Amino acid sequence: MKLLRDTWLVFQRQVLIMIRTPVWIAVGILQPLCYLLLFAPLLKSALATSGAHSYADAYRIYVPGLLSALALMGGLFTGFALLGELRAGIVERSRVTPVSRVALLLGRALREVVALLIQALLVTLLALPFGLTVRPLYLLLAFLLLGLTALMASSVSYGLALLVGGDAALGPVVNTIAQPLALLSGTLLPLALAPHWLRTAADWNPCYWAVEGMRALFAGDAGAPAVWRALALMAGLTALAVAWSARLFARRIR
Amino acid sequence: MIVTQGLRKSFATRGGRGTPVDAVRGIDLTVGPGEIFGVLGPNGAGKTTTLRMLATLVRPDGGEAVVAGADLRAEPATVRRRIGYVAQGGGTADAVTAREELVLQARMYGIGKAEAVARAGEAMEAFGLGEFGDRPCGTYSGGQRRRVDLALGVIHRPRLLFLDEPTVGLDPPSRAQVWEQIRRLRADGMTVLVSTHYLEEADGLCDRIGIVDHGRVVAEGTPEQLKKEIAGDAVGLVLRPGDRPRAEEVLRPLEWVSGVETAGGDGADDGNEGDGQPPELRLYVDDAPSALPQLLRVLQAAGVDPVLVQLRRPSLDDVFLARTGRPLDQD
Ligand SMILES: Nc1ncnc2c1ncn2[C@@H]1O[C@H](COP(=O)(O)OP(=O)(O)OP(=O)(O)O)[C@@H](O)[C@H]1O
Ligand SMILES: [Mg+2]
Repeated sequence: MKLLRDTWLVFQRQVLIMIRTPVWIAVGILQPLCYLLLFAPLLKSALATSGAHSYADAYRIYVPGLLSALALMGGLFTGFALLGELRAGIVERSRVTPVSRVALLLGRALREVVALLIQALLVTLLALPFGLTVRPLYLLLAFLLLGLTALMASSVSYGLALLVGGDAALGPVVNTIAQPLALLSGTLLPLALAPHWLRTAADWNPCYWAVEGMRALFAGDAGAPAVWRALALMAGLTALAVAWSARLFARRIR
Repeated sequence: MIVTQGLRKSFATRGGRGTPVDAVRGIDLTVGPGEIFGVLGPNGAGKTTTLRMLATLVRPDGGEAVVAGADLRAEPATVRRRIGYVAQGGGTADAVTAREELVLQARMYGIGKAEAVARAGEAMEAFGLGEFGDRPCGTYSGGQRRRVDLALGVIHRPRLLFLDEPTVGLDPPSRAQVWEQIRRLRADGMTVLVSTHYLEEADGLCDRIGIVDHGRVVAEGTPEQLKKEIAGDAVGLVLRPGDRPRAEEVLRPLEWVSGVETAGGDGADDGNEGDGQPPELRLYVDDAPSALPQLLRVLQAAGVDPVLVQLRRPSLDDVFLARTGRPLDQD
């Protein structure tokens, strides 16, 4: 099938470029590690009110949030890479070929998803010695949720990059979207600590449900309504985001 | 190979405020198979926009075009399969090698993996990329990069190739190399459309050219035809003071001489005062080398002895000047 083949082609290329940029990889690994090793210890006391009485408890609440934040933020900021490629004429070179337009988007977004999942796996593994426990099947579901979040976020980011058109403009736009979205999702601190109005606002944020779903999975509660709600919401949202962005990709000409 | 009629494109300025930019106002061109056709025009004339429209990258606002046998509006996918396009700025990723780029480009045209690898190898050979083609593209010189761009543009063996300013910024030897490659492609049966703002490129490389200014074609033909339209060769006579009326009197009736007029002495057109040089009598003849002896005989018989005879074949710059009222080279 042409779409799959083309997506694979674009994906391979993107992975190759990523591998050839070691700095990028170093940053990608160091950043989450910092959060994990330097920030998490603070949380044990902070999370005591949420029922965290040990490091294991703190990590069980904190790690799923951190992973969600990584997927969301990492995805939302990937538009800058696309802008670079647009400027270098790389996208235009693909666009004169009969290659599938959706593949140009999907191949790039999937590279982002895979990179983020590798980061996530690394964080999870490193948290294990601190007492984090999670069932493999649940972890798989959690990673599915993460993958959807990353795919959604990077599609949105590509779309924004195409709409906005320049580094100078994309930065503020992405920040304005990412900050409230992350805060209203309770990625770093659970919103259980928040006042009522904040929780009501969060109810309307699909990313909040994604994070709640992640926490339920890490808590070993796969039956919680938050899990299926998160999966359904994210699947729908991702489909919308990909469709929107792919349409822009096919139309926007730069 | 290409027929266009009234191709138009205007770009909305950002935010929709202000007047839109009319990048291309109506392009009519005919490019025959096997030609190297040049689109010559100054910066901002609309060359890139025209090429991008013909290469399906920009949707025209109006007009019709048939490109490589397919209708541009109705069958862009067919057009895309039959053409190659090399953008003004190229389009290689710094971190990968030319060989990897060539394989990817072939694969994007739907070519199988083994075949793509084979073609990349052939292209490396044909375009002389062997020395550097396995190094990352980010390390290439301008000329090397251009050769890679060219190889990428034809990896799928299109019938028609669009090259947007293929030699801009190259030193003369690199430019000559690129010209050589373009001629070789034509010899293989490819039709090539190049855009350029270099007179020598239009003149020396192209079989036919279209001169574009402010988004319109102001002249189209072979470089020779266009220059001929300027009424043959230009001869400038610098005369002794007082000789001019007598010279004009004998020259005007001659039917092989046209356009006898006074011009500034610096070789510019009339009206432009020369910088201190004596004014000259400018006239046009069909073929200066054969007309010159005759001309001198006529003048001598009339007792006029020119101080200086300047001979200049009209250049495409003269053509551009005649059609637009300003010179092309205004850098
Ligand atoms: N995407 C765009 N948005 C707005 N204006 C544009 C866009 N592309 C081109 N233009 C404008 O259209 C006009 C024609 O541009 P074009 O790039 O076709 O010129 P060109 O002949 O290729 O020039 P050059 O020799 O400098 O490459 C210019 O005034 C340019 O500013
Ligand atoms: Mg241009």
